Amino acid sequence: MGTKSEPVNGSSKPVPVNLNSPLGSFGFRFNFKLKTKQQLLLIRVSTLTLIYLLAFITRLFSVLRYESMIHEFDPYFNYRTTLFLTRNGFEEFWNWFDSESWYPLGRIIGGTLYPGLMLTAALIHKMLHFLSFYVHIREVCVLTAPFFASNTTLVAYFFGKEIWDSGAGLVAAALIAICPGYISRSVAGSYDNEGVAIFALLLTFYLFVKAVKTGSLAWAVGAAFGYFYMVSAWGGYVFIINLVPLYVLVLLVTGRYSMRLYVAYNCMYVLGMLLAMQIRFVGFQHVQSGEHMAAMGVFFLMQVFYFLDWVKYLLNDTKLFQAFLRIGVTSAVAVGTVALGVGTASGYISPWTGRFYSLLDPTYAKDHIPIIASVSEHQPTAWSSFMFDFHILLFLFPAGLYFCFKRLSDATIFIVMYGLTSMYFAGVMVRLILVATPAVCLISAIAVSATIKNLTTLLRTKTRVAQSVSNKAASSNKASSKGSLDQSQPFGKNGASALLFGAFYLLSKFATHCTWVTSEAYSSPSIVLAARGAHGNRVIFDDYREAYFWLRQNTPTDAKVMSWWDYGYQITAMGNRTVIVDNNTWNNTHIATVGRAMSSYEDEAYEIMRSLDVDYVLVVFGGVTGYSSDDINKFLWMVRIGGGVFPVIKEPDYLVNGEYRVDKGAAPKMLNCLMYKLSYYRFGELMTEYGKPPGYDRARGVEIGNKDIKLEYLEEAFTTSNWIVRIYKVKPPKNRL
Amino acid sequence: MTRSDAQALIRSLRSAYAATPKNLKIIDLYLAFSVSSALIQVIYMAMVGSFPFNSFLSGVLSCVGTAVLAVCLRIQLNKENKEFKDLAPERAFADFVLCNLVLHLVIINFLG
Repeated sequence: MGTKSEPVNGSSKPVPVNLNSPLGSFGFRFNFKLKTKQQLLLIRVSTLTLIYLLAFITRLFSVLRYESMIHEFDPYFNYRTTLFLTRNGFEEFWNWFDSESWYPLGRIIGGTLYPGLMLTAALIHKMLHFLSFYVHIREVCVLTAPFFASNTTLVAYFFGKEIWDSGAGLVAAALIAICPGYISRSVAGSYDNEGVAIFALLLTFYLFVKAVKTGSLAWAVGAAFGYFYMVSAWGGYVFIINLVPLYVLVLLVTGRYSMRLYVAYNCMYVLGMLLAMQIRFVGFQHVQSGEHMAAMGVFFLMQVFYFLDWVKYLLNDTKLFQAFLRIGVTSAVAVGTVALGVGTASGYISPWTGRFYSLLDPTYAKDHIPIIASVSEHQPTAWSSFMFDFHILLFLFPAGLYFCFKRLSDATIFIVMYGLTSMYFAGVMVRLILVATPAVCLISAIAVSATIKNLTTLLRTKTRVAQSVSNKAASSNKASSKGSLDQSQPFGKNGASALLFGAFYLLSKFATHCTWVTSEAYSSPSIVLAARGAHGNRVIFDDYREAYFWLRQNTPTDAKVMSWWDYGYQITAMGNRTVIVDNNTWNNTHIATVGRAMSSYEDEAYEIMRSLDVDYVLVVFGGVTGYSSDDINKFLWMVRIGGGVFPVIKEPDYLVNGEYRVDKGAAPKMLNCLMYKLSYYRFGELMTEYGKPPGYDRARGVEIGNKDIKLEYLEEAFTTSNWIVRIYKVKPPKNRL
Repeated sequence: MTRSDAQALIRSLRSAYAATPKNLKIIDLYLAFSVSSALIQVIYMAMVGSFPFNSFLSGVLSCVGTAVLAVCLRIQLNKENKEFKDLAPERAFADFVLCNLVLHLVIINFLG
């Protein structure tokens, strides 16, 4: 057995490990001489592989519990478009006009979606088919998000390596693999833009930071392509096109700029802007929209700045340069302000759209745009959501910021800015916790890695310091004072190991929390509901799919279905029928028409339905099962949105003392509107709960007020087995005799 | 800001610029050509209107794009820049060609 010397600072002394004894009987002997560098590489590669697999596996809860299906609402649209793409090819997809939604207006799908996700899934599907794995496109769609989550962990590792060191990179990869903030939008089955977009976001940022660090045009072109992928994938690319100029501005103002910054930003901006304009949905926004003007402004500012820098270098004389500066700067600023002013005033540069303006002014949407305000994901974030999604990362984030400020460089300044801006936006809108997650994971990883590194170094070198202290104690005063300093240090060896144990305990608690959150909160398909029966057995409510398949099999192919916009995508994807409004919500007036129909009396609603050629009406009702996301609970939004466009719908008509009620004390208009009638038709005779009167609404917890409902213009076509989805047929007009 | 000040300024600028190496001056000439090309296109657009907008944008942006890339190349080739002293000029030129290739391929797609 060779001597085992402990390598302290990564020196490459070989550590011979003899495996003589166990294999001696086989008649051969191994001699693994792994240098420290090779050991490190082995550990890193195996850890990364395990993290990669972990990120994929932890997102598979719903596939194991239910089946491999697409979740929620938006993914069904993405699935339908991907299906269309695989069946009809890219040309048809790019120029697709869909007449099956937003009847009678139709929708230009080819020009109003972000194609990145669909193209990615179709490409993976094609590659798998090429390798003779004949999987259905649905399986590919379901597993796209976990696959890209795994890829994100790899990018996080490289990014962490750029910012701090490879230890921080590994911790960052591990944190991002399990952090609930990211898992919420990337479970298997959640086939939505964010699943791919976060990968593109982190990739773009990594390539840009690399470009700034090396000043190479090749990395900058890579960053431009990363930005192109991000633009093709998600509308949140606006974050990149504003954060990067802000970062450049901060560097210019603090004087940390360099030639590399010029090369990186300009190449990425020009090429990225051109590439982004190839997406039809984005169009000319990069030169016309107010949200993109920051990038252009910084671009011009940079030209001016570096030109002045070059002139200063040429002149080599401060007095002349001052004169030049005066003319140069004043003229540039004047021209710039005049251009911006003319552009904004004439309306050529459009102001910030409502969606993004509500991030700067959170009260804007509530007063002006009820559709944006009605989406639950757009509400401001509560502390409980932060704790739920981040757990210990919430206090590791400031610790990481401290470490970043101690070692300021181009890369750490970038990650600090990314972290702070994304945390602000995460506080404004719940949905944007997703954008903050990579920054929080990276910065927390720095804190964890730096702390653990310090503690373990303390643990290892303590004995050597003690020896050297005892050797030198006799010789010099300085050493003895140093020795006393060491002994009076707050961490003894026991202290360091206790802290290390505490750190590992916290991290293991974090892992447990993340797995629990993933399993309980973020793995439900939303389209299939589960509950516990009376004997503890699991009861599955598959009513949605039951209803959509009834529609598919029992209605004429050109039937038009009216429902609230939440279910539009699912009806077109699974029921294969034309809908009036769907989740795209691009036409507020059309949605308001449907809202008006739902909140009017039956005869007025019939007129509206006849004008829209509606054949079937679909409502979601949770009174029998206690399902609380049904249409009666969404009714207030129907009234508000309908009333926002048609003043004939007044919200006070439906309120009693400022609240919506469905029992005997409810407003008369509420008791007789179409939504009420369609939800509670024949419900008055049903016994829902033992000990309660018939017609007891379990979702609202009251007995309904109007039990004797008669429908004149509609007839009941289908009600699912748990009464969750109810479909009514619109009767044709009576014969005029 | 008197006339003699302006004259002194121009004179010193001229003498300082004359000292730059020949290859950088060639790049500066190319830069002047693309910027003037962009300006001519903008003036033309002001005269006849901006329809089709994508063609106008692709024309102007191709000129501005090559100008910017030429500046990047000049920065990387300039011996005075300490940050790029261990970058081989062949590598800098190869990067420049690659970026121009990407730029012009996208422009051709955007031209319409």
